[in-house]
Amino acid sequence: MAFLTLEGVSKEFGSFTAVRDVTLTIDKGEFVSLLGPSGCGKTTTLQMIAGLVEPTEGRISLDGRDITREKPNHRGLGVVFQSYALFPHMTVTQNVAFGLEMRRVPSAERMERVREALSLVQLTSFADRYPRQLSGGQRQRVAIARALVIAPPVLLLDEPLSNLDAKLREEMQFELRRIQRKVGTTTIMVTHDQAEALSISDRVVVMEGGRMTQVDAPYRLYEQPSNAFISSFVGKTNLLAGTWRRNGTSSAVDIGGVLLEASAPEIAAGTPVTLSIRPEKILMRDAGAGRLEGRVASRFFLGSQWLFTIDTPIGTMMVSTPNQGVEPPAEGSPVGLDWSPANLRIIAGTAAAAA
Amino acid sequence: MIARSSTLSAPWLLAGPGALFFFGLVLLPLALTVILSFHAYDHSTGIQNTFTLSHYVTVVTDSYYLEIFWRTLRIAALTTLICAAIGVPEAYILSRMRDPWRSVFLLVIIGPLLVSVVVRTFGWSMLLGSQGLVNQALQLVGFAPARILYTETAIVIALVHVMLPFMVIPVWTALQKLDPMVEAAAWTLGASHFTALRRVVMPQVTLGMLSGSLIVFGLSASAFAVPALLGGRRLKMAATLVYDEYLHELNWPLGAAIAIIVLVANLCIMLAYNRMVEARARRTLG
Repeated sequence: MAFLTLEGVSKEFGSFTAVRDVTLTIDKGEFVSLLGPSGCGKTTTLQMIAGLVEPTEGRISLDGRDITREKPNHRGLGVVFQSYALFPHMTVTQNVAFGLEMRRVPSAERMERVREALSLVQLTSFADRYPRQLSGGQRQRVAIARALVIAPPVLLLDEPLSNLDAKLREEMQFELRRIQRKVGTTTIMVTHDQAEALSISDRVVVMEGGRMTQVDAPYRLYEQPSNAFISSFVGKTNLLAGTWRRNGTSSAVDIGGVLLEASAPEIAAGTPVTLSIRPEKILMRDAGAGRLEGRVASRFFLGSQWLFTIDTPIGTMMVSTPNQGVEPPAEGSPVGLDWSPANLRIIAGTAAAAA
Repeated sequence: MIARSSTLSAPWLLAGPGALFFFGLVLLPLALTVILSFHAYDHSTGIQNTFTLSHYVTVVTDSYYLEIFWRTLRIAALTTLICAAIGVPEAYILSRMRDPWRSVFLLVIIGPLLVSVVVRTFGWSMLLGSQGLVNQALQLVGFAPARILYTETAIVIALVHVMLPFMVIPVWTALQKLDPMVEAAAWTLGASHFTALRRVVMPQVTLGMLSGSLIVFGLSASAFAVPALLGGRRLKMAATLVYDEYLHELNWPLGAAIAIIVLVANLCIMLAYNRMVEARARRTLG
């Protein structure tokens, strides 16, 4: 059931269109990420939902109520800002209690709910500290508690993890998901980090140049990206430009004279296409045993896996293999590359330019 | 060893010129003024080489002087209050402006500092005089002409005009350090614009307001040109009183005693105020 809907929402700043015609339906309890590079309009979209930016066109409704022109203090949505925007002159408790105070919640109940919120984010022992006495991760959790304590119908997170270091960021991803699962609040998160979006969302909305280009579950987004931009932005991929060939029942992509077998029913022979294959879908074999011969140009050890770049007749390919505990082929040694044709994604036509 | 001794003397050498100036131009005259204030004075023979406390006793017991001190205090406090009431909103509006306008209005606020106080004060005396623009306007709309020039009102009006930049600039600086999203966060939590200003923005500019009001109070309490030109001969403030004792009565020791009392009183008020407000603000803002 549609809980939050955006219909044809656009925002223009002077002659610049930050967000174009975004239409999106979000169900109750869902965790949706807005993913895209900086300047793609994802933060503006979030701010329009929060009421901090007024849309130029379109309609936003929450639980059947039109909130397009409603002031942010009447929407009652929980917002976690990128800078956390904590009140520096108030203690953690006062920060979290602020929203309840504004709602004139009686003091006894207010204290009880603040305590609950702080225990949810595991900050009970920091209740009397000031924000400046907290670490980045703790500030971030205060911001989440402050947004959640008012029991908002929707929680909006603006790049909530971008100010944290890598290890903390990973921990907080799971923490965020745990909290969201427990509270069950409909959540929209803006991020430029595809790994973050994939790991914690129910659905990911990819935005490019102010437009939504794909809305899908993380797994489907990764396996079936709708264009070359998404396939390279979400995870790593090898993009190869070629021409579509058809010979009776068999079809293939012709890349500089090398034919790679693939299937894509809707494309006419002779069409220029882009072929995409993920590095982990390529298997490394002995020289002569694969579909394509190559030579290891460089290799990087990433702990759990190895990442190779391999020179082949059709260009340089990225290949990743899990670390099996044996040393893999050294730089300069010849190898064969193999894959299952089903893992070759064909992206039609001009999309190559977008990569 | 040479390197060591030169690194040791470097801070002294660097601080030297400034310290010398401070000693020669502030401490030494101040010490001389203190000594002067204890010299006895005789109307026929001038400054005596004997020492006495009588000038201080005269000042603190004579209602004439006490009234002037009280007026100085009142005018300085009122000026500070009005400057805060006008300057803080002004600084807030300024900080929310976009760029071409912000620079223009910042210049408008700082601009008056480029004009001499004396010139500006003469300007006010023309505006506020009995046939000045203000009275003409009052008569035009049917009011009786008001006597503004040579009253405390005139002094306060002109002082506010002179002092406003000293309030706006520290508050504006404090606002610059504020994350604009903090205010937005208050809105999303249900605060109205006014509540967000009162509960979230204002407490964070307390320190700016504090330093602004200290500057304004100190400068107003020791202002000379404005009360001299707009207060007339009879409505004196501390600085004009000192001037009169020195140059009209030629009683330098008494003038020095008044100057020292004004200095000490000013210091006491400012330090007490600073301790009271700043201690609280520092505790929460860090």
